[in-house]
Amino acid sequence: MMTMGKLTGRQIVFYTVLFIALLAFPLVVKGTFPTHVMIMVFLFAMMGVAWNILGGYAAMFSFGQAAFFGIGAYTSTILLMNYNVNPWVGLFAGGVLAALMGAAIGIPCSNLRGHYFAIASIAFAEIVRIHFNNWKFVAAAEGLSLPLLPESLGNFMFHSSKAPYYYIILVFLLLSLLICRYISTNRMGFYLRAIKESHELAKGMGISFVRYRLYAIMISAFLTAMAGTFYAQYILYIDPESVLILPISVQVVLVAMLGGAGTIMGPVIGAAILLPLSEITRVWLGYKGTGVDMMIYGALIMVISAYQPQGVWGFLTSIRRSAK
Amino acid sequence: MSEQLVVQLMNGLLIGFMYSLIAIGLTMIWGVMNIINFAHADFLMIGMFTSFWLYTLYGIDPIFSIPVCAVLLFVMGWLIYKYLVSKVMTGPALAQLVVTFGISIFIANTAVLLWTPDFRMIEKPLLYGTWNFGTVQLSIPKAVASIGSVLVSLALFLFLRKTKTGKAILATEMNRSSALLMGINTERVNALSFAIGSSLVGVAGAFLSMYYYIYPQVGGTFGLISFCIVALGGFGSIEGAFIAGILIGIVQTLGGYFFDPAYKYAIVFAMYLITVWIRPQGLMG
Amino acid sequence: MTAAPCLEVEGITKRFGGLTANEEVSFTVNQGEILSIIGPNGAGKSTLFNCITGFYRPDAGKVLFRGKDITTASAHKICKLGIARTFQIVQVISDMTVLENVMTGTFLRTYDRKKVREKAGEILRFAGLYEKRDFLGTDITIADKKRLEVAMALGTEPTLLMLDEAMAGLTPVELREMIGLLRKVRGNGVTLIIVEHVMEAVMELSDRVVVINSGRKIVEGVPAEIVRNPEVIQAYLGDRYHA
Repeated sequence: MMTMGKLTGRQIVFYTVLFIALLAFPLVVKGTFPTHVMIMVFLFAMMGVAWNILGGYAAMFSFGQAAFFGIGAYTSTILLMNYNVNPWVGLFAGGVLAALMGAAIGIPCSNLRGHYFAIASIAFAEIVRIHFNNWKFVAAAEGLSLPLLPESLGNFMFHSSKAPYYYIILVFLLLSLLICRYISTNRMGFYLRAIKESHELAKGMGISFVRYRLYAIMISAFLTAMAGTFYAQYILYIDPESVLILPISVQVVLVAMLGGAGTIMGPVIGAAILLPLSEITRVWLGYKGTGVDMMIYGALIMVISAYQPQGVWGFLTSIRRSAK
Repeated sequence: MSEQLVVQLMNGLLIGFMYSLIAIGLTMIWGVMNIINFAHADFLMIGMFTSFWLYTLYGIDPIFSIPVCAVLLFVMGWLIYKYLVSKVMTGPALAQLVVTFGISIFIANTAVLLWTPDFRMIEKPLLYGTWNFGTVQLSIPKAVASIGSVLVSLALFLFLRKTKTGKAILATEMNRSSALLMGINTERVNALSFAIGSSLVGVAGAFLSMYYYIYPQVGGTFGLISFCIVALGGFGSIEGAFIAGILIGIVQTLGGYFFDPAYKYAIVFAMYLITVWIRPQGLMG
Repeated sequence: MTAAPCLEVEGITKRFGGLTANEEVSFTVNQGEILSIIGPNGAGKSTLFNCITGFYRPDAGKVLFRGKDITTASAHKICKLGIARTFQIVQVISDMTVLENVMTGTFLRTYDRKKVREKAGEILRFAGLYEKRDFLGTDITIADKKRLEVAMALGTEPTLLMLDEAMAGLTPVELREMIGLLRKVRGNGVTLIIVEHVMEAVMELSDRVVVINSGRKIVEGVPAEIVRNPEVIQAYLGDRYHA
């Protein structure tokens, strides 16, 4: 269920075709909106993969990933604006800072599981949001507008086309998937799943569940912060209401859950379904005020969790199993 | 200076009683079926709007909306349990967390669609104005709402301890399998608890509408605060939720007064995290 | 077989509020031995078990493992040092295969994925579970789960293996198989401490038996002596049956 295992010939062909199609997408498809949607798909897929390391493998259901997203976005942006630090360096710094914050909150929460952990994660993320909303150093609720640097990969900024952003986030996503796959097939993945089963069992098998839970948080935080920096460099404006709010965290969970929590490709599928839906309904029906897009969203969540909680991947797997 | 402190303490207490009523319903639902109802505070919002529209369209004072809210939210809770929540009881834990999130988002945004995100207020409830004790001012609607909350909480205590149905709920809360063996229809207890919990918070909404802003997203912060209260009091403990509600009300008010009003909720959440570190099971868990 | 004691338990005392679950319990286990700890329900066997394996911290007393003081060591460190355990309510990882379960144990000693898989396979063969290696943890019988638990523990390469009521709920055939497996484990040089209620297993397997009642050790000896001991009989059957 977790690992992808050896790929069959047919799967290799499928993934290769898919990959080529993805590479060609921004060059072939006209208009910036489709590319934007795909960028958002990759962005949330990446965050979903990062979430999976915590929630899918270790049953640490984090509803506070927005905190790491925001920390990443703000760190690289402040470093750029105030100290002229290159955004790529800022990316790394943001990841490290997020990882440290994750560890800091992870220690008092190291015994919490399931619902308890979920609430603690929300409390943590809200503290971060409230603080940033009132902190003059980061311009509080006003937000930060990134300075416009000359367009280049080194500056992590492009103005003439969205395509470079598309490729960068695709690379980030692939990197995250590789990391996730590596974890799942090596010791850490096994240990996290043992921890998910029971802390007592993990202890009995020589696993320091405190340590491995911290590793999981730190990796998840780092990757999510990377996504945050990307967002800042892409949208060129950040404020607490756009990067630190609970709906972002919830969207991340949904992406992972819809696709299939605890599977590697699950979040990718989940993002591929949810993000186009949310972006399109936002543009057609949303225009801040009516809330119809979110209504549909909420309805979707209710129905899926009640009637198909294993998500799409789980659905496909059960079909494959019954076909055997 | 110390007079201000007294005022703040009183305010904290009054808010606390409201919080307690909100949290009691939530902790009851948790205690009986291990579900965190993320939509709980959105039911609060429905209670508030019900009261508001009854007042605005028919001139019915919030005090008289209370029974309406109670019944309406009871039915809503029952239906939501029957057609949504009961389905996830046997599924993965994640689904249980997420389904009530979905309900929350759906309800809040339906409210935005129907009633716009504007803030509303009941300008002149029947009991309004302030009592003056010297230089100390006490808001009457707030006081009425708080006293009302305490009375309703008390009514719940009595219901749970003295009636047959109530005892069945308590029994299921304590030990589900034993309750089943005793012939208690635990599925029905689930639905009833969810309905009663929703009804309670609907009533709290009616009380709250007497003096608080009414708007679709009001569930947001109240929701998280009520989770913290429930966790602080000890998941499933009704006495714990009552005490924790008062505590949090006071911490929030004093924290905002001494430190910075903008951070008052952050202080509450921080207190929650600290408590959960030192005593994961809460005060009475 | 060397004379160096594998485990020395000295004066272990553990209280929970007003209740003294273990009082001044002392005994020694030699390398290569199979020691059983028996006693009526509520005697304090599981508490003792947890004190030794680091799941509880004793209020007084010492636990020495191969001469090293492990009294205050954390549970996972104790496992790393070489004491593995199973649980009274059998615990395996439900959404992993049988093989992966054992691999989780083997990962303690090596990081190399291939080696871990090979070792786990060997252990499964040893435990008679190799044919079921691709079954999910939830999908196997209780008896197989118990064997899997032992296999998982063996993955951590223990010097001492402690079993908490491993024989409970087994049919006579399954019981024989488990006894056979544990004999094989001891044959590989692993010392065994088993907390047990099933007297047949105790009699067959044990070199020595320690009897616990009301938190205290009341007697220690070879199985044949223990069974005839009047105090033991009284502890289990009550005064009326005192011989």
